[in-house]
Amino acid sequence: MKARISLLLGSLSAALIAFALASPRVVAADKVDPVADAKAFQNFFFQKFPTVKHEDFVNGPYSVNEDMKRQWKEKEEFPPYEFALDAGKEMFSTPFKNGKTYADCFPNGGIGIRQDYPYFDTREGKVVTLELALNRCREANGEAPYSYVKDEMASLTAYMAFTSRGKPMNIKIPDDPRALEAFENGKRYFYSRRGQMNFSCASCHVQSPGERIRAETLAPALGILNAMPIYRSEWAGMGTTSRRFVTCNSQTRAVPLEPQADEYRDVEYFLSYVANGLPISGPGARP
Amino acid sequence: MNATTLPHPTRRLILQGAISVALIGLGNLPFGTAHAAANDKYPEEAFRQKSEADAIKALYGKTAEPSDKIKLDAPEIAENGGVVPISVTTTLDKVTSISFFVAENPSALAASYRIPDGTIPAVANRLKMAKSSNVVAIIEADGKLYSATREVKVTVGGCGG
Amino acid sequence: MASSIRVRATNNGDVTEVQALIQHPMDTGLVKAPNGELIPAHFIQELKFECNGKDVFVANWGTAISKDPYVKFSFKGARKGDEIKISWTDNKGGSDTTTAKIA
Repeated sequence: MKARISLLLGSLSAALIAFALASPRVVAADKVDPVADAKAFQNFFFQKFPTVKHEDFVNGPYSVNEDMKRQWKEKEEFPPYEFALDAGKEMFSTPFKNGKTYADCFPNGGIGIRQDYPYFDTREGKVVTLELALNRCREANGEAPYSYVKDEMASLTAYMAFTSRGKPMNIKIPDDPRALEAFENGKRYFYSRRGQMNFSCASCHVQSPGERIRAETLAPALGILNAMPIYRSEWAGMGTTSRRFVTCNSQTRAVPLEPQADEYRDVEYFLSYVANGLPISGPGARP
Repeated sequence: MNATTLPHPTRRLILQGAISVALIGLGNLPFGTAHAAANDKYPEEAFRQKSEADAIKALYGKTAEPSDKIKLDAPEIAENGGVVPISVTTTLDKVTSISFFVAENPSALAASYRIPDGTIPAVANRLKMAKSSNVVAIIEADGKLYSATREVKVTVGGCGG
Repeated sequence: MASSIRVRATNNGDVTEVQALIQHPMDTGLVKAPNGELIPAHFIQELKFECNGKDVFVANWGTAISKDPYVKFSFKGARKGDEIKISWTDNKGGSDTTTAKIA
């Protein structure tokens, strides 16, 4: 109990420190500076875990816990997402009823492009995630959209991530005030406390990565989305980025949003942007 | 223990209820042949036993002695009780079977492997563990039983990752 | 429908290492579905690997094997290109079989 209280108290200051470290020069509070934010965010983790190789942060809790890393490596010999990956590959190459395929909806036929998502669509004025783009592709071709949280959506994104493995996350913020605003909204969502436990995303994943909360080791926020989608042993199955956000909210006893709500899209934009340069590692396996 | 420390209060109840259900449920299954590790039959009887000692007895009809020629590899703390990677290797000769027991599971016997001539006496698999428990590997070599034991801590999942 | 069995078998001179992953719920019969009803036990009981007409590995499993079971073992006497036959049967009478060439 004591640990939890100090965690609660500590996390606010840690969040502040994270950004203080980042911006030695004084930045006006109303100025949005994603480049500086990303640098600060990465440096915070690099300094907190000086022995972890930078590209290892995309391996979640395994990057910061040796015993777990060993179990993970054994699992990776024949990973549990293998079936989803195969299913995704088959779905991806199977034409819709109108004869078109997913490849027709994406740059480069959808292969090796995971690192470019989410992107800011300047026509729509909003963030578009890979999951959203996949369902829009389906609907544009007369197919019903899939559930955002698991099953087919997880299989499809697993395959698309797999074809992009090793490519550095490459999120762009176009010269558009709405894009900056989306980034800023995502950042605000990430650091805002909510729910009965009064946790922010950062309470766990910035303040306490590598620590245990109840039974489980928390993953660092840096690179956390690079591994999506993931097979979680706890779920006994696959889940998407949407599923991860929804369950994070419900586990801290906040009210989850609808998958692909604006706030989730924005927080995905923020979290992906600050992981720019780190490799795509999805699909991942997690406890 | 109050509500805040247990985001999934129902899970534990299910596990507790599960044990009695297991006994009732498995009671319907037909009886198997005792000491089945020696032959081809599925060792139904051994899988029905609750305790490790009874399961070993049902499977082999004898008891095992600890051996330092067995290397049982298991995590100190399982990242998730549903998927615990466990493997065993041995330098013992004339191995004919390898079995895994999780002492605290509702039924202790998890797996029994037949090792024919020419197969290396080593197995890796992934087991479910209901809670923290000793994991025991039994190796049958030249008609005798040898064992190795390791404790694996299991914490019920609920948050994080 | 794709096979429920994934196999990797690699020969390294004398020894062939085999890894298999099988898609199966491995329900214990102890877990309740969201509607409150128990999900009946459904699990693989026997998994067999044969090579050149001979059993090389036989697994008897209970419900404590993880969902989508994994197993790894090694055996002697086979060569690259030889075929391994893998088959399983479960407690509800379900089964599947596949073959894989040793690489």
